[in-house]
Amino acid sequence: MSVQLSYKDGVLTARLAGEIDHHTAREMREAIDDASQKLKPYRLRMDFTAVPFMDSSGVGLILGRVRLYGFWKGRVVLCGLSQSLSRMVELSGVAALAGVERRAG
Amino acid sequence: MKAVNQAQFTFPSYSVNESFGRAAVTAFLAQIDPTVADLTEIKTAVSEAVTNAIVHGYRDQIGTVYITVKLFENGKAVVRVRDRGCGIADVEKAMEPLYTTGGEERAGLGFSVMQSFCDSVRVTSQVGRGTTVTLTKHFEPKP
Repeated sequence: MSVQLSYKDGVLTARLAGEIDHHTAREMREAIDDASQKLKPYRLRMDFTAVPFMDSSGVGLILGRVRLYGFWKGRVVLCGLSQSLSRMVELSGVAALAGVERRAG
Repeated sequence: MKAVNQAQFTFPSYSVNESFGRAAVTAFLAQIDPTVADLTEIKTAVSEAVTNAIVHGYRDQIGTVYITVKLFENGKAVVRVRDRGCGIADVEKAMEPLYTTGGEERAGLGFSVMQSFCDSVRVTSQVGRGTTVTLTKHFEPKP
């Protein structure tokens, strides 16, 4: 499974694994949205520690979740971004919409 | 200028082949011993071009994606990603940042990423005939 979900105290953590592209983002999106719509967490932590590569589909994955969580005023936080993933996040401006944590876990 | 080495490959436009497309290009480019940063950049740019061919070019059909990679003596690499899909009516508009016809999950950043990560991006397209994206990048020798 390309995403592992855990929920505690209103925070849903999604540990993503593997390369994120248009093909793999779909499974990740479906798993996250399924749990999110049931639980309506106030925060989604997307952990990219085990993601060695992503293209703009990863940015789309983040933007889509920011939009979804906006429906119940939830917030999306990113963590575990490598240097190259950080660059994609910065290039896209998505960092202005989602919080970025330095530490993973 | 004549290419010193080149590779060509094709695959059907199943989205599962997106990873193969970018990985095959980076595997071929490994022979010039690029930096990790340069290799990640071209890998990302190729991923965007291949995804465009699959998601947009062949939006209503499965077709063939054609990739050629050419290496030149001065460290220049040229990657051409071609589809015979629906084509783009307004290339300039398609290349605008955030513009997408791909729905809510597409960020509309494909061409912006290609332009940021390559030295040049050339797009030729004909409606009903398909689209060719040509990415050019210079690879500096490692220090």
